Amino acid sequence: MSTTTTFAARDAVMARKLGRRRHRVDAVFRTLALAATLVGLIFLTSIIITLLWRGLESMSITVFTDVTRPPGSHGGLLNAIVGTLIQTTLGTVIGAPIGLLVGTYLAEYARGSKLGDAVRFVSDILLSAPSILIGLFIYQLMVLPFGGFSGIAGSAALAVIVIPIVVRTTEDMLNLVPNTLREAVIALGAPKWKMITLVCYRSVLPGLLTGVLLAVARIAGETAPLLFTSLGNLTWSVDLTKAMSSLPVTIYAYAGSPYQDWIALGWTGALLITVGVLTLNVVARFALRPRV
Amino acid sequence: MSTTMNDSVNKPNIGAMETRSGAALSAARISIRNLDFFYGANKALKGINAEIPDRQVTGMIGPSGCGKSTLLRVINRMYDLYPGQRATGEVLMDGANIIAPGVDLNHLRSRIGMVFQKPTPFPMSIYDNIAFGVKLHEQLSKTAMDERVEWSLTRAALWGEVKDRLGTSAMGLSGGQQQRLCIARTIAVRPEVILFDEPTSALDPISTLKIEELIDELKRDFTIVIVTHNMQQAARCADQVAFFYLGELVEVGTAAQMFTAPQQHRTQEYITGRFG
Amino acid sequence: MPETTEHIVKRYDQELKRLAALITSMGGMVESQVALACTAILEGDSEAASRAIESDPAVDGLEREVEQFVIRLLALRQPMAQDLRLIFASLKITGDFERIGDYATNVAKRSLVLRQFALPFKLSGLAHMSRLVQENLKLIVDAVGETNTEKALQVWRSDAAIDEIYDALFRELITYMMEDPRNITPCTHLLFIAKNLERIGDHATNIAELVHYAELGVPLIDARPKGDTSSSAVVRPAREQ
Repeated sequence: MSTTTTFAARDAVMARKLGRRRHRVDAVFRTLALAATLVGLIFLTSIIITLLWRGLESMSITVFTDVTRPPGSHGGLLNAIVGTLIQTTLGTVIGAPIGLLVGTYLAEYARGSKLGDAVRFVSDILLSAPSILIGLFIYQLMVLPFGGFSGIAGSAALAVIVIPIVVRTTEDMLNLVPNTLREAVIALGAPKWKMITLVCYRSVLPGLLTGVLLAVARIAGETAPLLFTSLGNLTWSVDLTKAMSSLPVTIYAYAGSPYQDWIALGWTGALLITVGVLTLNVVARFALRPRV
Repeated sequence: MSTTMNDSVNKPNIGAMETRSGAALSAARISIRNLDFFYGANKALKGINAEIPDRQVTGMIGPSGCGKSTLLRVINRMYDLYPGQRATGEVLMDGANIIAPGVDLNHLRSRIGMVFQKPTPFPMSIYDNIAFGVKLHEQLSKTAMDERVEWSLTRAALWGEVKDRLGTSAMGLSGGQQQRLCIARTIAVRPEVILFDEPTSALDPISTLKIEELIDELKRDFTIVIVTHNMQQAARCADQVAFFYLGELVEVGTAAQMFTAPQQHRTQEYITGRFG
Repeated sequence: MPETTEHIVKRYDQELKRLAALITSMGGMVESQVALACTAILEGDSEAASRAIESDPAVDGLEREVEQFVIRLLALRQPMAQDLRLIFASLKITGDFERIGDYATNVAKRSLVLRQFALPFKLSGLAHMSRLVQENLKLIVDAVGETNTEKALQVWRSDAAIDEIYDALFRELITYMMEDPRNITPCTHLLFIAKNLERIGDHATNIAELVHYAELGVPLIDARPKGDTSSSAVVRPAREQ
């Protein structure tokens, strides 16, 4: 102990012992992690393979050109596709700006304030609230008073889902803007709103857009909130005040039906949504990644 | 202790000693009188009295947390961004107290520019970085704006390096170039005073020397205040040097006097590297 | 002035101590060199004279060592404030000591020549002057070693007395030369010796000013006390210099 040689000797033995132990623990941990990943991958690929297998079965041009028809009459999904596009777009157009402004308020104006903390808390609860609750909420708010299911009610329900997602990503993104950048803008004599809109937004623009796209991807596949709001419509309708068809609801209806051709078309619809959401995610991740 | 020390230090020497260029310190552009500053309940500046001479360089030195950066942020009211920070006393510029309520802060900041420790280019083109600040205060024609951009980039010794790529993103410049861009952006607004908050602490030695040379150039037209951790930098750049310690202005004098024969014991200990 | 604390970089303190030690030992060497030279003159001691002459290269060597050390310190430590003043003063002091050493060597050499002459007069004036010069030199070497501004000021003030004696000696030697032309050669040597001693006093005064500046940061601004009027003792120049 008193000389360096004993230190070195002891260290060498200990190091070898510890080294072996570390290697063992490392190997066990790595195996566990790999196994879990494999399980996840198996589920995922089997879903995708099944989707492709079953979905492509009745994939044809009529899916995009014809509306839903009674069983056995070779209908398509046009009204559902268009309905989903309309409601998703409208939900995003209503929800995203509100979410953006709320997120801006939280990040730029309400730092450390009680109201800001409350808003952030509520928004986070909304973020994790079951979507069927949101459907029921809009049902109470817009379906019952106006006497019927409508596309606009569906859009509103989707907007309510969009808002907390965009709030969270906007606030997180704006929090990434270094304070020195804010001060640099202010130091030039810029008012705060110009600082936010001209510099802060611009410096995290890819992040903000990613947030919106992720929200779009999320609502494109929502079924539950639409069941109580736009309900679904088996005929062609783009009237926002009437019940409106959508892919998820149609899949829900078709998949539960006893008819083979409806079930097959349901799979096709599921494939379409999956491909659409996947595309949006890929666009969000790659096309809009931060450029330096 | 602080008040008597400030009194005894501030009166003599100014004008009596020569600056680096051999001239006397010029008349005050900004006068600070009995300035106190609070972060919440914490008093960060205690009874500061000082004069910032016109079109000369005032260097502020002192250990971390001594209040030198805080004073800089008082002069352009940057502390207004943060609730809970307040200043009392007077900071006089052209006879007006700029820390009084009711001052037009955007206009004030167009007169007193600031360059920060880290280069902070805006996420836009080099040209737009310069034009951004100008557009806040003036409406210029395209040609006039082009001229202003060229003028400020030239003054910031950056024109030659970027004139062929004004439309490219400012983020692609090197650290030293980015900092000179920030200086160009600041002078493009044509302020009277420029505050530098440790402008070279993130730069390599050669970029640092370029910035120092630039400061020497700029003082012909601008009143400059520079906060620095680097004593040699203060010795190289400043005409007047102020030493802060624990929120007090311990001593202020010409750079030559402060670095050869400081009057206060604490200044001497700090400057010679004996601070305990 | 409150107690000066140590540098954060301890090595810097050691270097400054080493510089001070070099200067002090150089001062000691020069002091004994002057003492030997004075003994050589006043007692005709050729042994002392040759020892004074032999020690000159060592003094010169020390000067070079200090110079190199100072250059190194300036480059590597970038001294400020009192450190800067101390290092700058050390450089100048080493130069002054070197000159003092040269004068002492010159005095010692002349003492060897002077031995060949029988002097018809006593060297009491020169003895008095050499005593004063040696006292001042000892005092200033102490002042440098102790960074004692009081002693430095004392040296600075007492230089006037040396200048006055030199003035008197100048007139005395002129008188001897006028009395007897055979006195001209030894008296000329004695004049140079007196002049050398007077110059040693002047360098001691220089060092006093440096000690004062290094310690307090302000120059000794008053005009230096000047008692030497020998330049106008015989022929009064047309204009006062």
